[in-house]
Amino acid sequence: MADTTTETRVPPSGPDLAAIWETGPGLKGWFSTVDHKEIGKRYLVTALVFLFIGGIEALVMRAQLAQPNQTLLSPAEYNQLFTMHGVTMIFLYALPMLSGFSNYLWPLLLGSRDMAFPRLNAFSYWVYLASGIFIYSTFLIGQAPNVGWFNYVPLAGKEYDPGVNIDVYALGLIFLGISTTVGAINFIVSLMRTRAPGMSINRMPILVWGTLTASVANLFAVPALSAACLLLWLDRQFGMHFFDPLGGGQPLLWQHLFWIFGHPWVYALVLPAMGIVSDGLPTFCRRPLVGYTAVALATVATMVVGFGVWVHHMFATGMPGLALSFFGAASMIIAIPSAVSVFAWLGTIWTGRPVFKTPFLYFSGFILLFVIGGVSGFMTAAVPLDWQLTDTYFVVAHLHYVLLGINVFPVIGGLYYWFPKITGRMANERLGAWSFWISFIGFNVAFMPMHLSGLRGMPRRIYTYPDHMGWDVSNLLTSLGSAILAIGLLLTLYNFWISRRRGGLAGPNPWDAATLEWSVPSPPPAYNFARIPIVASRHPLWEVRLKSVKSQSNLNSEIVLDDGRETPATSTLDAEADAVLRMPGDSLWPALLTAALAGIFFGLLFHLWWLSGVAAIFSIGFLAAWLAPVAPPDRAEEPLVG
Amino acid sequence: MTGWPLSYLQSAGPAASPVARLAWGLGSVSVAVVLIVGVGLIAAIWRRRPSADDPMSLVPGASSASGIGWIYVGLAISVPVLAICTIWTLAVLGKVMHPASAPHLRLQVTAHQWWWEVRYPTSNSQQTFTTANEIHIPAGEPVEIVLNSADVIHSFWVPKLGGKMDVIPGITNRTWIEASDPGRFRGQCAEFCGAQHAHMAFYVVAQPRAEFDAWVADQLAFPAKGASPSQVVASGERVFSARCAACHTVSGTPAGGIVGPNLGHFASRSTLAAGSIPNDADHLRKWIADPQAIKPGVRMPAVPLTTADRDAVVAYLESLT
Amino acid sequence: MADVLVPREPVPVAPQGRRASAWYGMIFLVATEAALFIYLLFSYFFLASQAPNHWPPSGVPDPLVAGIDTLILLASSGTAWWAQRGIQLGSSIRLAAGLCVTILLGLVFAGVQGWEWAHKTFTPATNAYGSLYFTTTGLHIAHVAIGLIILAFLAVWAAMGRFTARRHLHVVVGVLYWHFVDVVWIFVFSTFYLSPRLG
Repeated sequence: MADTTTETRVPPSGPDLAAIWETGPGLKGWFSTVDHKEIGKRYLVTALVFLFIGGIEALVMRAQLAQPNQTLLSPAEYNQLFTMHGVTMIFLYALPMLSGFSNYLWPLLLGSRDMAFPRLNAFSYWVYLASGIFIYSTFLIGQAPNVGWFNYVPLAGKEYDPGVNIDVYALGLIFLGISTTVGAINFIVSLMRTRAPGMSINRMPILVWGTLTASVANLFAVPALSAACLLLWLDRQFGMHFFDPLGGGQPLLWQHLFWIFGHPWVYALVLPAMGIVSDGLPTFCRRPLVGYTAVALATVATMVVGFGVWVHHMFATGMPGLALSFFGAASMIIAIPSAVSVFAWLGTIWTGRPVFKTPFLYFSGFILLFVIGGVSGFMTAAVPLDWQLTDTYFVVAHLHYVLLGINVFPVIGGLYYWFPKITGRMANERLGAWSFWISFIGFNVAFMPMHLSGLRGMPRRIYTYPDHMGWDVSNLLTSLGSAILAIGLLLTLYNFWISRRRGGLAGPNPWDAATLEWSVPSPPPAYNFARIPIVASRHPLWEVRLKSVKSQSNLNSEIVLDDGRETPATSTLDAEADAVLRMPGDSLWPALLTAALAGIFFGLLFHLWWLSGVAAIFSIGFLAAWLAPVAPPDRAEEPLVG
Repeated sequence: MTGWPLSYLQSAGPAASPVARLAWGLGSVSVAVVLIVGVGLIAAIWRRRPSADDPMSLVPGASSASGIGWIYVGLAISVPVLAICTIWTLAVLGKVMHPASAPHLRLQVTAHQWWWEVRYPTSNSQQTFTTANEIHIPAGEPVEIVLNSADVIHSFWVPKLGGKMDVIPGITNRTWIEASDPGRFRGQCAEFCGAQHAHMAFYVVAQPRAEFDAWVADQLAFPAKGASPSQVVASGERVFSARCAACHTVSGTPAGGIVGPNLGHFASRSTLAAGSIPNDADHLRKWIADPQAIKPGVRMPAVPLTTADRDAVVAYLESLT
Repeated sequence: MADVLVPREPVPVAPQGRRASAWYGMIFLVATEAALFIYLLFSYFFLASQAPNHWPPSGVPDPLVAGIDTLILLASSGTAWWAQRGIQLGSSIRLAAGLCVTILLGLVFAGVQGWEWAHKTFTPATNAYGSLYFTTTGLHIAHVAIGLIILAFLAVWAAMGRFTARRHLHVVVGVLYWHFVDVVWIFVFSTFYLSPRLG
């Protein structure tokens, strides 16, 4: 569009690289691809499907709660619905959606040809899909998890919940944890090793900072959930006593383990999404992000403090005053890095020249929702006030402003932003603007009155409520708003559906954006970069026009690497090239290993021990085949430049 | 307190009032922050909206402002506000953690799926009595509530009198409430506790000290003094002993079941089924006939009774004043 | 600028050791696994701190047998290191032999652990302490088993001559995992056998 022809070029050695990097044909190719873009798209689509399922669950609940004393749902049905709604949105939608963005974008943003572990990448997707199916496997027979997404014991114990409901929850989340963990390791190692020369850590897009922070956090947070679920499953299946006070256990142990996991997890659900905004917003403000360093540090700081505040979910459990004061004050401190980000975004818009494309609408709308979700979080961090707010609809409103406002809105904006890159075609702007306004209005009509329901004392997780409590009008509005929001989201899906075939051709850089992914064709070729770029600034595609940037990136470097699947490795901080990595090609092992793992988990769920045993043997075999040493490369060293 | 029974924005006692003020204060700060950022956002968007036909062709970075001042100014404003709010919060925490004077009255409250058992020790430790779902307290005095659970985690909450305290099996938690003036205050279980979490309410009735003492004396009178043995009541008592006493106690009578609530002085309570329905003969009849229709999942089964027997049981229970 | 970022001299292809992605991958796998054990030990200390009566309820365990077992496991880390050193010097035979001795020591460790289990007066279902003891040591034994499987594959591949002095990344990464299994046991052992003696 703009005068950027010097900055995007036709790959000179395209065909050779394509033959090396493209996925094989047919069904086998479909199951064995390790292309990060393909895997990323699968993550995005699967997460959207779960968003859709979780949304339907929400709408059914809102029909029940639209008026007092309704009997559309029985308590048993309602309890499964609200649990599955939470589990779906928090575990099966929110993080996998962000993983989808990062899987698709990281190598493109960082100037690499793939992630550090392409097969592990495929494996993390397959396990995500399999664990999602696993968690939903008992839904249709009416035995879904039913005591809420944080699953407090002893209500989740065998005595009060004897069915498979909770076993599905415990085993399913351990299963999903495998996906999250290997995905996190892949992101971290990719960041440390597979960047383009010159993509030093002070030049990485904020999305990369967000996903990196989330990934490191997940490495240390997810084991807490896995441990908790393991102990719960052992309590339930083998009469152990971790959570049983009569046997020396403690119900509060579950809460500690769960929230040591849960709080960092919430940040993992928002930091990459905030990164999407920090990277996308500047494109539509026609200027670099204000305060890049501050925003990157704020991202990390939020998570560091986030590991120390899990107790604020447990203020009402009878803690001593000193602990309450400490964790309350720590929770309030988190407002500071959040404020840094907000003012950076405001400054970017204020000093920029905003352009009203659909992504901009979503990103700027997000800023307001972020602030609303932030201040309601600040209110719940105040310990004595939290004793009133906790477990009421005020908290439900807060967490929806956080998860919809800070995850869904940036995600939809991000989908609009990168839709041309992913599909090669532009999404419809008119429909996009309509979808934003309908979603934005519907969201606020639904969740703003929910604060009021909470301030008037409506407890969360009640399947019905009496009249004359002051909750009727606010609940009716919430139900109406949720329907409007659903229409807005459906409009977005419809837009994507028609635009992927009929939208105008996008070209490499339809938004005249600054970062590396826009320097390659849309959709990008299998090998991403025909020549590995050498990066000299945060804005490789803008630096000619930015007065402040002196150095110049080389997008047409001599680094071709067409002797097989190869990408350069660089040092962690300064991104100096120090090796050539050999990347694996298509592989069926990740999918097969996932199938074997699913066999183990289904065997454990239904006590088919033989199935678990056989599947475990297969798992070992598949893993060994996957990891078996391969023939060494034909040359030990290679010059990167002539 | 008419209007919104569970709203904590209006409070009725010293454990809740400082928190209500804090809620209004922090709420106002929050609304102000949202308004300021909202106005700033709209101003920023409208201030320099582009006029070019192809806005994407705007030269990036034409503005040379670093914009970093936004972060400095933003922090300079928000950090002091945050600090003041934190100090205020900690001050309120200190005020409501413990009552100003040590409570004289200590009640044992045990949470069950899905009702509340309340045990009153009196000055004479031999004399205790147990009631359910209705807590009488003297107005103007702090009352200590000792919380235990019979099954799963619940949370004790009377919004107008104080914040929540979780009721956790294996742990004895303590909280306190105080009503400055006589009144009737609704309470509610606030931690999800299973099928009928929605219907686990109770009432706190604050009375002037003399009235409260009289109520205690009434409750201690066994058998309930109002039980005048009319024919139908006597027949109801027989049916009750045969069909209901396995689960329910009526203090001062042989009925001694411990699964369900103690029904001594039943007629003195205002609601049935943990605040679900009013306590009158009509509702009681429907409740006994089919508890599952009113509170699906409740532990009380529908005991098959003839209409005459049911009417007799209703008459008997309503005689326990 | 570019001269610094992209060296003129050739760089290694499919690098080994600390330039290999797999080495980093194992470091982070070990980190997350270590976190898993930290949470189990957190559970131990949390329940110990809440115990109304004496802890452990079955009395302080005798550290003698487990202590000797600990030394056996630590020795296996030494033999694993010796094996790895062998292939670095180019000897596949020393590698295979060292791995076999390591596996043997690992099996002895597991056997002694099994003997300990059989002689406990409580079961996992007796009380929370029993649950903690068997779950934590059981999870550790599961890691030992996985480690032994890895070592066995390495030994077979070594015997097949798949590793050379220049290319033996699998050995480095697999032995790193085995060292982790050994180190984490020191923490498990200290928690269950030594920490009750401090109080």
